[in-house]
Amino acid sequence: MGEKKGLRGKIEIIVSEDQECRIVFSGNWTIYFRHEEVFPKIKELISTKPIKRIQISQKGLSSWDSFFVSLIERILNFLDSKGIETEILDLPEGVKRLLELSKTDLGQKRKAVKREAFFERIGEASFSVFSSMASFQDFLGRVTIAVFNILSGKSRLRYSDFLLYTQNAGARALPIVSLVSFLVGLILAFVATVQLKLFGAQIFVADLVGIAMARDIGAMMCGIIMAGRTGATYAAQIGTMQVNEEIDALRTFGFDPIEFLVVPRLFALTLMMPLLCIYSDLLGIAGGAVVGAGFTDITLLQYITETKNAVPLTHFSIGIFKAFVYGIIVAIIGCRKGLTCGRSAASVGRVTTSAVVTSIVWIILSCALITYICYVYDI
Amino acid sequence: MISSQGSRRDSGKEEIRVEGLTMAYGEKIIQKDLNFSIYSGDIFIIMGGSGCGKSTLLKHLIGLIRPYRGRIIFKGIDFWNVSQEKRLEMLRGCGVLYQSGALWSSMTLSENITLPITQFTGLSQKEAKDIASFKLKLVGLGGYENYYPSQISGGMRKRAALARAIALDPDVLFFDEPSAGLDPVSAKHLDDLILEIRESLGATIVMVSHELASILSIGNNSVFLDSETKTMLATGDPKRLLMESEDPKIIEFLTRGTGKRELRLV
Repeated sequence: MGEKKGLRGKIEIIVSEDQECRIVFSGNWTIYFRHEEVFPKIKELISTKPIKRIQISQKGLSSWDSFFVSLIERILNFLDSKGIETEILDLPEGVKRLLELSKTDLGQKRKAVKREAFFERIGEASFSVFSSMASFQDFLGRVTIAVFNILSGKSRLRYSDFLLYTQNAGARALPIVSLVSFLVGLILAFVATVQLKLFGAQIFVADLVGIAMARDIGAMMCGIIMAGRTGATYAAQIGTMQVNEEIDALRTFGFDPIEFLVVPRLFALTLMMPLLCIYSDLLGIAGGAVVGAGFTDITLLQYITETKNAVPLTHFSIGIFKAFVYGIIVAIIGCRKGLTCGRSAASVGRVTTSAVVTSIVWIILSCALITYICYVYDI
Repeated sequence: MISSQGSRRDSGKEEIRVEGLTMAYGEKIIQKDLNFSIYSGDIFIIMGGSGCGKSTLLKHLIGLIRPYRGRIIFKGIDFWNVSQEKRLEMLRGCGVLYQSGALWSSMTLSENITLPITQFTGLSQKEAKDIASFKLKLVGLGGYENYYPSQISGGMRKRAALARAIALDPDVLFFDEPSAGLDPVSAKHLDDLILEIRESLGATIVMVSHELASILSIGNNSVFLDSETKTMLATGDPKRLLMESEDPKIIEFLTRGTGKRELRLV
């Protein structure tokens, strides 16, 4: 709602002799009307005259709202801080009552909000990193025990949940994985074609696209897509369960939330990721083939033959292994973030974002590590 | 400190004993030196002003939070001094109704109840479903088996959560502000239902509440927590506390600030 036109709020300051004065409010003193600036006038008054006592009153006050009351309260506090005595004369009864209400003390001790010093905050942040690392290790240990319990038959896997998560992480992810992988293959092929054409070596587009997709890009695309899609879902689902006390309810029934919530999701994602990776590799290579066969002199058969020769099974195996590792990372981080969620809607958003970002960082780090190991062992 | 244990206490079996319990989040003490007992068949009320640690105490009693100091003796066994397996087994003897209901949102009402039954008993899915239908009928939700929690009202969710809480016929039922967010009529119905279930199942009930009507009408034992002194001010029958307590905070709480010691059971 915009500012209303009309009689604006006015004040008049009447100074009497014996160090007293009266502030008289008139007109409309609501949030929707323009009003005169009050504090500059009062400051000027008390700086120029030795005022000891101020009375606050009204004459023709047409309308007022809580804005007016808060203004009066601020004036009273300001004058009080300056050691000037105040008196409210004929303000509306409602204003007086609200002013009285604002002084209500519920009897609870106010805790001083202490702003921590910069170094104190750094210290606390450092300690929290160590404690969160320790609790993450504890979580990993619990997950490992839960996985062994289920694999050894000590605990039961909830197959209905497992199948549902498998469908969500597998079949339902196919459209986005198809689109992204195909386009990434296409883009790689375009970039390669432009450069290799200069040397008349367009045939090697097939090698580049094939090796890149099979060893790294296919798995990484799947990892990043699943971090944004499934990892975020896991964090949000479990986080919301935390907010709604559903996880407490599981615990009080004697269910282990890790066996119940984490393991089925972990199994589903680690099973689906290698499959999605193979699918992504093939789609990426198909994208490359469209460019290779469509925009260069190479035929489709030549492109396929070159890809077959250039990409041995080892490359695919490395990519599939990476996808398996990324699956573990995304599932573990998504579930972990969900379980550490607070009790508010805001914290669900926070853990979801954190799950995606942390997963992507760890995917890149683990990719670098695996690539380095492969380089060292010449795989 | 008032302790009004009636003669029934002498014969009543002690279900839970809290000894020198101190509760804390990190190093921040919430309540200290709590000592009280809950007897078989009690409707035990945890009461006190907002933010005094009532729900935190409930979470300690149901094993969700480990005590900072002190012991919680559940049926003669120190809860935190036994193996994880034993603790889980002990928890199965408890039913909890959370403030929000806390039904598992991805499951139907029937599945919410059948899950613990199938997990912890040798019953078949069919038998568990029949039991779930029966429990839902007990709380007036017969026919709602295939509804999801999001498809029913807040009051119905509380009832469904109560049906789940009694899924394994627990000895002790814990309620965290059961009537919070309900209109007075629904709250009264829920109170009646709680009493009915307690009478039928013979369960002990531990309830966090600041609904005076509930406290005085159904409670027969209680503990009063104070946020200022961070400890309990009294334990005993809330009606006796209302009539006999000399503590101004308890009088203020139980008389809704009027100071008039009169039992008005709604």
